[in-house]
Amino acid sequence: MLVIKDLHIAIDGKEIIKGINLEVNAGEIHAIMGPNGSGKSTLASALAGREIFEITKGTVTFKGENLLEMSPEDRARKGLFLGFQYPVEIPGVSMVNFMKTAINEQRKFKGLEPLSASDFLKLMREKQELVGLHAKLTNRSVNEGFSGGEKKRNEIFQMAMLSPDLAILDETDSGLDIDALKVVANGVNKLRTKNNATIVITHYQRLLDYIVPDYVHVLYKGKIVKSSGKELALVLEEKGYDWIKDETE
Amino acid sequence: MDSESHTYELKNEFIKLYQQNADFLNSNSGPLMNEFRPKAFDDFVKLGIPTTKNEAYKYTHIEEYLKGNYEVEFSVDPFRINLKEIFKCDIPDLDTYVVLMLNGSYYYDNQMPSLPDGIIVCGLNEASVRYPEIFRMHYGKYADTATDGLIALNTLFAYDGVFIYIPDKMTIEKPLQIINISYSFRNLRITRRNLIVAGSGSSCNIVFCDHTLCAHNYTTNSLTEIFAAQDANIEVTRIQNENSLSSHISHTFFHQEERSSVTSNTISLHGGLIRNNFFARLNGTGCESNHYGLFMGDDNQHIANFTYINHAMPNCTSNQLFKGILDENATGAFNGKIYVSKDAQKTLAYQKNSNLLLSPAARMNSKPHLEIYADDVKCSHGATIGSIDAEAMFYLRSRGITEKEARQLLMYAFAYEIINKINIEVLRDRIIDLVDRRLRGELSRCNNCHIHCQ
Ligand SMILES: Nc1ncnc2c1ncn2[C@@H]1O[C@H](COP(=O)(O)OP(=O)(O)OP(=O)(O)O)[C@@H](O)[C@H]1O
Ligand SMILES: [Mg+2]
Repeated sequence: MLVIKDLHIAIDGKEIIKGINLEVNAGEIHAIMGPNGSGKSTLASALAGREIFEITKGTVTFKGENLLEMSPEDRARKGLFLGFQYPVEIPGVSMVNFMKTAINEQRKFKGLEPLSASDFLKLMREKQELVGLHAKLTNRSVNEGFSGGEKKRNEIFQMAMLSPDLAILDETDSGLDIDALKVVANGVNKLRTKNNATIVITHYQRLLDYIVPDYVHVLYKGKIVKSSGKELALVLEEKGYDWIKDETE
Repeated sequence: MDSESHTYELKNEFIKLYQQNADFLNSNSGPLMNEFRPKAFDDFVKLGIPTTKNEAYKYTHIEEYLKGNYEVEFSVDPFRINLKEIFKCDIPDLDTYVVLMLNGSYYYDNQMPSLPDGIIVCGLNEASVRYPEIFRMHYGKYADTATDGLIALNTLFAYDGVFIYIPDKMTIEKPLQIINISYSFRNLRITRRNLIVAGSGSSCNIVFCDHTLCAHNYTTNSLTEIFAAQDANIEVTRIQNENSLSSHISHTFFHQEERSSVTSNTISLHGGLIRNNFFARLNGTGCESNHYGLFMGDDNQHIANFTYINHAMPNCTSNQLFKGILDENATGAFNGKIYVSKDAQKTLAYQKNSNLLLSPAARMNSKPHLEIYADDVKCSHGATIGSIDAEAMFYLRSRGITEKEARQLLMYAFAYEIINKINIEVLRDRIIDLVDRRLRGELSRCNNCHIHCQ
């Protein structure tokens, strides 16, 4: 589904991602871990099309197409979803209007008619329940005044609404209490099929108890320095990153 | 020729125009209106048309918009057209008392069915004769001709407009909708003069809609004096939607007595030049005075808002919020003043102007001004000029929303804060639709015109 080859990403001329190779297939869950500042969010945002990140080298194909040539909206409409580490507050844009526009733009792209008002509301309700997002939040402006945890839940809600083929969840677990973590993980698991894939970026093994990854990668100083099965997360939890740093330096 | 001599020529043109028409104006208007003309004449001769040297008009080249070839009509209904046939209000669900104004005059065929008892709505000219007591007490009392050449000019040529009187303790549930229509077969100068008197404890909601129905040049100088007696509650919404050739200068004076509450909300959708001057005098304790504005400009439009909130008495609150969205070569200006006299303790006065510039050529000048002589007050002002937030833009696009649609959502979100202050729900919904279409560039200037201008 996603094939990344020798990807280099820079911002303001400074190289942050320094040659990454990664292949994600349908049905798989990949976890990316790594110390602060190693470039996890940079990779995620660049894959979603944030223009400030410059691709200086390498290729990325998504479902066989050149991802790097697409606009952010086309990436989304082709089935890519980014759960933001820091979701943006947008005062004045209501959640309902935001989701209605997003859904209908995606439908238009697929040549489908806009969703009727009642079907849309039904979908909203169904997905709200799935991720335990309080209904009152969908009456507010996008993320405005949401608590940290509410913002993260809202990301999962949006994912559920848009049902992407590939979801990249950037620290969607941080800021969540244990109950919320379970709900969110449960949401991800329920949405999981053999046709979609997920990349979870996290600092905590805890999440991986609920969302069980097929692969765990360690990103360090802009490179994937270790890839292994889910047991790697346990080792990291216990030993931290120092041993990997020692190994690579 | 430099602009000084331009203004000088223009001034002489107006003086000549007055001298030629003084007899007509004086013989067709009530004596209570005519009384004001000699002083207005002297003041205009002294002041002339304001230039950019005048601090209040620093960013607006008024003379550029006023010169040119124009006709002036003083008689009411030069052709007795059936306005109702050519004009249909675009707000069908809005249940209002509709008052049509044609080229500054009260339309002869306005029917005001079943207005609640004691409420008066009629032409200003008619009111000056039929209701001399009310007229004498308020006309020309708030708009001082010695302060601005354009106020003097309006008073000099004042002929008609709308007159509204709400008796004490009276509430009109339905809004009064005053539709100002410019319609002619040639370029026209229009002078309009309104007077609104709200008795103590009364409450009303007034909507002004400015429309041009033809593709001619119109320059309008309109002035509205509004008196809010104690405990009165007045909400004024104004929708400005005129053609690109039109220039509209409006002056609105609010005179507020004890505990009165005034909210004005001005939505500038379209026009060549729009210059709005707002004055509020908080003349009693415990007043509330809110002044909101939303303006959208593109092409070579110029939109300027000027405010002067005079806190003359203690314990009053004023709020000002003006937001602008400027695209292409549009220019805008906000020039706002809060004046707090030394007796006006416990004043709360806030002023804010935020602007969104969509193109590198669009320009905005924002100049807040506080003049405070009392010590126990809370005042603040602020201005921001920015472009569309890139992070918000990316967030929306990352959900599959096109760049165009995402921009639309963000512009609309910016505008919504002002629209949301309108209390009449159907009007608010209608304005939401108009603003949405305006921001998409789909708003037809003649959407409610059933005649075809060539
Ligand atoms: N917009 C930006 N401008 C300049 N530098 C940036 C920008 N965004 C990221 N960086 C830099 O790139 C590096 C990687 O940051 P990134 O946010 O990708 O790290 P991360 O692995 O997600 O960290 P964390 O675990 O703290 O979320 C950091 O040194 C950061 O300062
Ligand atoms: Mg990060």
